[in-house]
This record gives sequence, C-alpha cells and structure tokens, in this order.
Amino acid sequence: MLNPFFYFQAIFLALGQIWANKLRAVLTTLGIIFGVWAVTTVVAAINGVTTMVLNEFESLGGSKMFIFPDRPDDAPRNKYPWSMIRLKPHELEALATNCPSIAAITPETNLGATIQHGERQREAVRVTGIWPDWHEIQKRTTLIGRPFTPIDEANARQVCLVNEDAISELGLDSDPTGQHILINTRRFLIVGVVENETETIFDQNVTGTEVLIPFATAVKLQRPEFFFMIITKLTGPNVSDEAKAEAKFVLRHVRKLGPEDPDTFEIFAADEFIEGIKNVSVVLTVGGGCIVAVSLLVGGIGIMNIMLVSVSERTREIGLRKAVGATPSAVLMQFLLEAVTLCLVGGLIGIGAGEATALILSNIPAAKLGEAAVPWWAIIMSFSFCAAIGVLFGMFPAVKAARLDPIEALRHE
Amino acid sequence: MIIRTQQLRKVYRVGVERIHALRGIDLTIEPNEFVAIMGSSGSGKSTLMNILGCLDRATAGTYELDGSDTSRMGAAELARIRNERIGFVFQSFELLPRMSAQRNVELPMIYASGGWRKRRRTARAALDRVGLSDRVTHRPSQLSGGQKQRVAIARAILNNPAILLADEPTGNLDSATTRELMEVFEQLHDEGQTIIIVTHEPDVASHCNRVIVLADGLIASDSGVKALAQGA
Repeated sequence: MLNPFFYFQAIFLALGQIWANKLRAVLTTLGIIFGVWAVTTVVAAINGVTTMVLNEFESLGGSKMFIFPDRPDDAPRNKYPWSMIRLKPHELEALATNCPSIAAITPETNLGATIQHGERQREAVRVTGIWPDWHEIQKRTTLIGRPFTPIDEANARQVCLVNEDAISELGLDSDPTGQHILINTRRFLIVGVVENETETIFDQNVTGTEVLIPFATAVKLQRPEFFFMIITKLTGPNVSDEAKAEAKFVLRHVRKLGPEDPDTFEIFAADEFIEGIKNVSVVLTVGGGCIVAVSLLVGGIGIMNIMLVSVSERTREIGLRKAVGATPSAVLMQFLLEAVTLCLVGGLIGIGAGEATALILSNIPAAKLGEAAVPWWAIIMSFSFCAAIGVLFGMFPAVKAARLDPIEALRHE
Repeated sequence: MIIRTQQLRKVYRVGVERIHALRGIDLTIEPNEFVAIMGSSGSGKSTLMNILGCLDRATAGTYELDGSDTSRMGAAELARIRNERIGFVFQSFELLPRMSAQRNVELPMIYASGGWRKRRRTARAALDRVGLSDRVTHRPSQLSGGQKQRVAIARAILNNPAILLADEPTGNLDSATTRELMEVFEQLHDEGQTIIIVTHEPDVASHCNRVIVLADGLIASDSGVKALAQGA
C-alpha cells in the first residue's frame, strides 16, 4: 500500500532521530538494554553449564546403567528385609548371561581396609571388588602390568591392582608388579597399576590410595550380607529402554516376584540423568526468560514515554507531513517504525553487552564456562521480543500522532 | 474551472456556542488564476483556506476541486488529494530542520509512488524552478528566510498541483525579500500555475489578478479577474 521507499525513509529518519538525541535514546532504552543483556547473559551461562555438565557426563560414559537394591516405597522393613532385597552374586551372573543389550557388566563392592607395605601402613583405604569388565566400563586402563583375568576371578586369587597414587603413598617401586601388600593382614600380589580416577564436577575428592581386587576375592573378605551395586555398559546409545526392560525382567524372574509385587531393586540409566539436566536447563531458561520479560515490559514503558514526548515535540512536523499528503496510516507507520527501531537499537546494544559478558565468562578458567555462548535462538528471540515491545508500546503514541488534526498540528507552538 | 464551491458553510462548536466561520461561500476559480484572499482576522479566510486545501471539511455545501467532489471523502482520500493536487506554502516555512533542501522538497513524494531516482530528479527540477539549484544540500538553518520560503514553494509545486495555496507566505519576510518572493509566484503563474494567496498585505495582493475580500464568513467583494477585465 505504501511506497517501499517510505519504509526506508521512516527507518532512516528514526535512526537520524536516535542519533540526534543519543543520550536520550540510550537513557530511554536502558530498560531494554539491561533486559536483553540479562537474558543473553543468563542464557549463555545456562548454556555453558549445561554443555559442560553434559560433556563431562558423556566422557564418564553416557551409556551406563546402574542397578541397586531398593526397598519399595512405603513398604514395611520386615516385609522386605535386607537379605531379600540385596543383590546376590547369582543374580549378577543371571544378568550377565541373559541381557543382550548389556555389552559389559561389573559388580562394585567397597570395603575399607588397612593396607600395609613394609613399614608403611594406611587405614581405611578404599578396596573395591570388581570384574575384569570394570576397566572398560569406568574407562580406566592398566598403565603397568595386566588387568584381572577370568582365572583370578574363578579362583578368587589374592591379586590386586593399585592406582598411581598408591605407589608413592605406600612406598612401592615405580613398577610395583610382583611386589606384595597386606590387605587386612592377607598377602596380595600386585599385578598392575591402574590410572587415577579423573576429577570431574561430580567427584572432586578422588586422590589417595585405591586398591582393586577380584570380586570373588572381595566376597570372601566381606561381611555375609554385604552390599554391592552393578554397573553395566550398554551396546549402544539408544538401547537404555530395552536394557532396563531386560534387566528388570531377569531380576524379577530370578527373585520370583509375582505380577502384583513391586520391584525390590532400582535400575537407573545415565541418559535419564542427561534428560534431567536438559530439563533443569529448560526450566532455568524459561524462568530467567520470564523475569527478563518483566524488565523488558518496564523498558517498554520508557519507550512509550519517549515516543509521547517525540510526538508532542514534532506536532508541527506531523501537521506538515499530513498537509503534503501523509495518510493517517502513514503517520502511524512512521512512529511505530521509530519505536521499533529504538527498541531494536536497544536490543542490539543489549545483545552486544551479553556477547561480551559471555566472552568474559568463557575466559574465566575457574568458572568452567568455556562453552558459554549466546545461542542464535536467544538472539532471534531477543530481537523479536524487542520488536514486539516496540509495536506494543509504540502503538499508543503512534495512534495519537495519526489522529492529530493537521490544522491544529500546524498551529501548535 | 478548477475550484467551485456552492453555499460552503462551516460551523464550529465551542462548548454550547456555535461559531459560524463560513456562512455560504460561492466561489469559482478558473485555471491559471492568481487570486488573493484578504480579510481581517475572524473573517473566515483561514477556514476557507483550510477547506480549499482539503485539510478540513465543510459543514454544508459542496466543494469541487478539479472536477472531483471532496465533500464526502475520507481522511485517507483527502490525504491523497493533498498529495497530488494541492501544494501548500506556510507563513513559517515548515521545513524539517535536519533535512537538506532537496530532502525537504522530496517529502511529498515519500507518500506517492516512484523510486529515489525519480524523486531526486523531480526535486532538483523543482528547486531549479525557484532558482535554488545551488542550494540543494543546504540545511534550512543555512538558508535565509527568502530561500527557506523558496524551498517550501519548490516542495509545494513538486507534484505539479492543481492549485498552489499560500497562507501568509510573506508574513515572516522583510519587504525586499517579499518582492523577490512575489516574483517567484508571478513566474510560476506565467508558467500556468493556479495560485491562491491568503494575505492581509495589500502589497502582496497587488501582485495578484483577482482579490477576494472576506468579512464575517461571506465574500464582501470580488474584483473579478483583472487580467481578463483588462483584456476585454
């Protein structure tokens, strides 16, 4: 309907107005600037945290599945005693042989033990009983020597692996294979050295001596009704539902649970955790967005205020434009475009400030936000929101301008 | 004829009072006339000017401009008429301060069709007609009063309007500049432009071919067309 050049002219004119009143424009759009700055920074930070957590999680093994003993909710303790719900070695065997979606499986049982090597003695050292698959599942390989063999397991041999820290803490040789240590006064042969656990955001207290022994050997050292959990690695990234169903079926079958009986165990797949993190980040983003939307609305009131001032300052100009043929809709469009341009300029400054903040955040090593960046959708969303604010709050002043009587307007002092 | 009004009336309501600004104007203006409308303040000349310029609508009566009846037109239609058929010149120039002379002259074309090349060409031609081809990039603040008013005239004649309406065009100018400006009007008149000037200065009116005097919302006297009378 209107000459396309009219729009260029209107935007050009609006930019000219903003440039001519730089300070006023910045003060007016301060609400918009801070709002957009806040939203882009918050989104960038959440994005950075989520990416970092997910990356660490993936590196720990995103396709892991954990199985714990678990008393059904609200069930009386005497109906489900520990002896009934605890995992048992034969259940472990059943899971290992009957679940096609499980690629690797290991039990993990911990006991605190006193370790002795020569004169050196350390109390309450973490000794973990494992199957050979443990190395593959936990991504911790043997640096020196060999991992456990099925023979170690089958014969419950008194062999052990130590981690790197143990070498210095126990005063072992740099290649300790062939040396012996005492675990609770029993003599164990060191067959290899396993790498230290890497520090993650989930576990930052990982230093210190660690000793690994075959699970079958650990069973002998443990109390009769000891606790262990099962960690498995799945055959692929998208089989967690199948794997859970298989493990549940096998365990219920082995435990002879009836159709009405609740599960007496808990199966937890790691990708649920990933979903959880993603959900939390969505909730945080939406929540932050709502708070910021309020500040943008407040910013919009500033826009409306300045547009009203602009309309009354330029009443004669409006009168002239009408006299030379501007229709009411052309005047409306001009002032709407001016409000939108003002908001978009504010948005641009805000996004620039947000990008700069994200850049600074990502370069603070302690913040661990290396991945912090303003995602493109946040930029597009901020811009659309600014434009919407401009239309919403520019409408009233623009209608006022469009309705001005040209004669009155030209007479305006 | 280019303008014909029949029993044009305008009534303003101020509170409960009704003010009759125009009480029945019958006026016919032919193409290429050069008309002065005079009258004391309150005589209705500004009201008549606003109605002739399609800025306002009469309460009763008809107004035909260039063959089209404007009495029943809406705001958007009147805006189009103003854009295409009418050129305004105001006492206080009404130039936009941050725009160059050329941009000021182009203003009416923003609300019409045509690309920027055509706009530029037309605006330059209009500035040339008023003798300001060397001032296209100047801003209003860099121009004298007479030059400003000539820019305003260039803006008014940009779209080759049916009528050029000037409301006290010399009100803010000294007598020497007034004379210069009247020469511009005379030149445009010679080129065939129909011009209506509202003024209270007899000097200005003396340049015109026809003088209409309003009093109390009625035509008190109409000199008729001097040039034609002389020719007859």
